[in-house]
Amino acid sequence: MLNNIVILNVVRFIVLVLTQVLLLNHVDFLGYINTYIYILFIIVYPITGNKSLLIFISFLLGLTLDFFSDTGGIHAAASVLIAYLRPAILKYSFGISYEYNTLKVSNAEFGQRILYVVSMVFIHHLVLFSLEIFNVNHILLILKSTLFSGSFSTILILSAITIFSKKPK
Amino acid sequence: MQQILFFFIRNKNFLLFILLFSISVFLTIQSHSYHKNKFVNSSNYITGSIYSLKNDITGYFNLRKENKLLVEENVRLRKHLEAYKEIAFSQNVDTSSLNYKYKFVSAKVINNSFSRTKNKLTLNKGSRDSLQLDMGVITSKGVVGIIDNVSNKYSTVQSILNTNSQVNAKLKNSKHFGSLVWNTEDPNTVQLIDIPRLTPVSIGDTIITGGKSTIFPEGILIGTVLDFSQTEDKNSLLLNIQLFNDMTNLEHVFIIKNNDALEIKNLENSIENVE
Repeated sequence: MLNNIVILNVVRFIVLVLTQVLLLNHVDFLGYINTYIYILFIIVYPITGNKSLLIFISFLLGLTLDFFSDTGGIHAAASVLIAYLRPAILKYSFGISYEYNTLKVSNAEFGQRILYVVSMVFIHHLVLFSLEIFNVNHILLILKSTLFSGSFSTILILSAITIFSKKPK
Repeated sequence: MQQILFFFIRNKNFLLFILLFSISVFLTIQSHSYHKNKFVNSSNYITGSIYSLKNDITGYFNLRKENKLLVEENVRLRKHLEAYKEIAFSQNVDTSSLNYKYKFVSAKVINNSFSRTKNKLTLNKGSRDSLQLDMGVITSKGVVGIIDNVSNKYSTVQSILNTNSQVNAKLKNSKHFGSLVWNTEDPNTVQLIDIPRLTPVSIGDTIITGGKSTIFPEGILIGTVLDFSQTEDKNSLLLNIQLFNDMTNLEHVFIIKNNDALEIKNLENSIENVE
């Protein structure tokens, strides 16, 4: 059972990186809207899983993306931040007892799920675009990119969770 | 001692986060200065081979367009050749012994970005094809960028659509020169700054490289003037340039190797040392 979870997460890591790098990095909707689906890995990581391990894997995930897109360390920084903040975001999205009632993101109530995904995506995108543009004079561009790309990433991630979740019997 | 250990164990997530976050930010800041991005770039073996594989598949979709471009360039070169033949017909020269100043290497773009503020390209040629840092990259239509990382088989290019990029460029008619920069707004428009205020400019003028550096030879095409305005301090003009290249669709590029670059650089360095 434990092996299954490890294999599932390794496969998910590779599939998400390749989807992001080979497909989504080349979709430039309206010229500046980029969607980042790879943070789905951090969003659906088992809630009871090791937190230090998640922070480290997120760093590797982000760094892999940075290697592919020649961006220094911006994906790594944004991913590490949301991996670290995840317990806090889970707490305020799903209530204080989320750890004990074996919650799964795909089975949670729809409103709570949206709140969780939106928080994760927008924090990630804000850090990502701030570091990428790295210029206070372009703060409007940062906010615009975060808003538009963030909305599309949220839609994509919510659809992915819905499509790939097992139906409750 | 035990207190310190407990502190580390209790805050291990936070400390790990701070450590990894600092590394990421350090890498980011390093990547913002040209040439410093030694470690994280897509010219390494794994990313290079994945991008080549992708390009092998997607390359077929552009064949028709690429063929058309090649035919156009062939026609143009043939015309040049005919013109040269008339001049050189009387004197037979062994072309292999001629000492050309510039050499050209062809390469394929295996990864291209144009929607970020610091755009890069990855090419499928590297140091084993005698590519080095600071070589210019062009297509048959115009300037693309400058090589900023080289591995054995691959290299990355700092595109002219990069806020760090500054290419010396001039007006074809008046010879006034300035710097080519990009304001991140449109991947087909770049800006020419530092042009003196009294320069005669009209919309549609051609912009070419200035040849004031060892990277690009003089006279490589860049684009045409879209519109122009005075800067706020009224001392210079800001020109919007429509590129000849479609930067969103690049496939075959040429890398310019300047055989005299080392000599020129050594000379310039020796002057600086004396001072």
